[in-house]
Amino acid sequence: MIRETAFDRVLFRGGGVLLALIWIAPLAYAVWAAFHPPAFEARFELTAPLTLENFASAWSQAPFARYFINTILLVTMVLSVQLVLCTLAAFAFARLEFPGKSILFTLILLQLLVMPDILLVENYKTMRAFGLVDTIIAIGLPYFASGFAIFLLRQTFMTIPKELDEAARVEGCSLLGLLWRVYVPLGKPAMLAFGLVSVSHHWNNFLWPLIITNSVETRPLTVGLSIFATTDSGTEWAVINAATLMTSAPLLIGFLLFQRQFVQSFMRAGIK
Amino acid sequence: MNSRTWIHAWLMLLPAFVFLIAFTHLPAITTVIDSFWTTAKGRRPAVFTGLGNYEKMLADPVFLKAMINSAIYAAITIPASMALALAMALLVHWSFRGVGFIRMAFFTPTVLPLIAVANIWLFFYAPGFGLIDQIRLFFGLPSANYVGQPDTALYAVAAVTIWKEAGFFMIFYLAALQTIPQSLREAAAIEGCGRWTFFRRVTLPLIMPTTLFVSVNAVINAFRLVDHVFVMTKGGPDSATMLLLYYIFETGFRFWDTAYAAALTVVLIVILSIAGIGQFFLADRRVHYK
Repeated sequence: MIRETAFDRVLFRGGGVLLALIWIAPLAYAVWAAFHPPAFEARFELTAPLTLENFASAWSQAPFARYFINTILLVTMVLSVQLVLCTLAAFAFARLEFPGKSILFTLILLQLLVMPDILLVENYKTMRAFGLVDTIIAIGLPYFASGFAIFLLRQTFMTIPKELDEAARVEGCSLLGLLWRVYVPLGKPAMLAFGLVSVSHHWNNFLWPLIITNSVETRPLTVGLSIFATTDSGTEWAVINAATLMTSAPLLIGFLLFQRQFVQSFMRAGIK
Repeated sequence: MNSRTWIHAWLMLLPAFVFLIAFTHLPAITTVIDSFWTTAKGRRPAVFTGLGNYEKMLADPVFLKAMINSAIYAAITIPASMALALAMALLVHWSFRGVGFIRMAFFTPTVLPLIAVANIWLFFYAPGFGLIDQIRLFFGLPSANYVGQPDTALYAVAAVTIWKEAGFFMIFYLAALQTIPQSLREAAAIEGCGRWTFFRRVTLPLIMPTTLFVSVNAVINAFRLVDHVFVMTKGGPDSATMLLLYYIFETGFRFWDTAYAAALTVVLIVILSIAGIGQFFLADRRVHYK
């Protein structure tokens, strides 16, 4: 082992703890403000009384229940379509030979650079032409074909031994049967990884939903929260913090419960 | 290889490509075309203006300000978040008591919506009673309005971005560090190699592919992450935090000048393409592949 002096240890771990405290501070503060009466939002006293009043008042001041439904519908729809479309495409790229393969794959990779996130104006025009402005499906449409998912799944599928293909073919398995019985089961960890990345991305996405929605019935949580936090300047910090925690809670709780899987999924998603 | 396989392959690609072309490639092309026309207003149809929108851009002080701001924003957030990410990964790579908490603290910002955490940060920066100001007052320093002042607002916004991104990039470095064989460490120990030398001569070259991957992501994010600007500053004060993507949004959806917004989008696409291609070729020589 490389020599590690006591001084090194104190320095590194002390620095690590300090950095970690700075990193967790915003969340810790939000928890403090949300669970205490507004009078204590800038006064940190251990004896401050605990309350759930802020959550109740945030919940009653804006249609958060509806926003939650919209967001859940959105992430479910986006992820299911992504998985179907991208698995099919990834399989074709990983295992089949056909003319135009490399050009088409380059087109996929281009999307990693120029994402729908920045093509706001033109995508809005498209949605208007189809009469889809202010619908939940319009929020998801630009993200249905994910270049990232196709790339990730292709890399995974390419590691699956070809002998399995041949064995399945001998058994009389069709191409789709092969995909469904061999590749999908073996690709599950990568799909789970992509699923977590996709859900957290679309749960948190803001700019495109802000542009394409303009009613309570379609707005996701992020847009609803931004309207709640900015329009009514009289809203107290404590209530805004309660709303902030509420909108992030499902992902945050999911993350704390499945921390290891979460981190591993993100890791897997990054290894190329 | 036969023509039936081709048809199967194309059929499997078809659904993905319909969406990919409809919402990425086609709009990218029409953006370029639209940027040569004027915005249709009322009964006045769009007129071909050639480079008119681009000439307007060069004379537009807000655009120039947005370009400078975006450059500063990228120059701060990219290296800072990457360096912090590597430092964090090196820290939590070892197992010791409390490492779980530290890793969780670093990664938590990744799962929080940027728009939501912007509210919390706004409180940190609030003059008078905000957390940072309370600390300043405790040390006898005068109160400061970080997001309200043109000379500090951009840095205040950049700090949030670094905070949000570093933990995300840490994960990739963590994955890379785990692939470094233990035998190298042992060999280095026998040679009497110090910690810093080992890092510089072994770790750094070995994680080069990850650094390339992370840097591409960092560049894209530097131009894409503007959510918190909506809550914290709205591009102000006095355009101090006007970033390119935020300006595209304002032009296209607040002033409804879609042609000019298209021209601005072309600038963004060009920047991202140059950054992507440039990094690919530049880093090619320095990346160590097994």
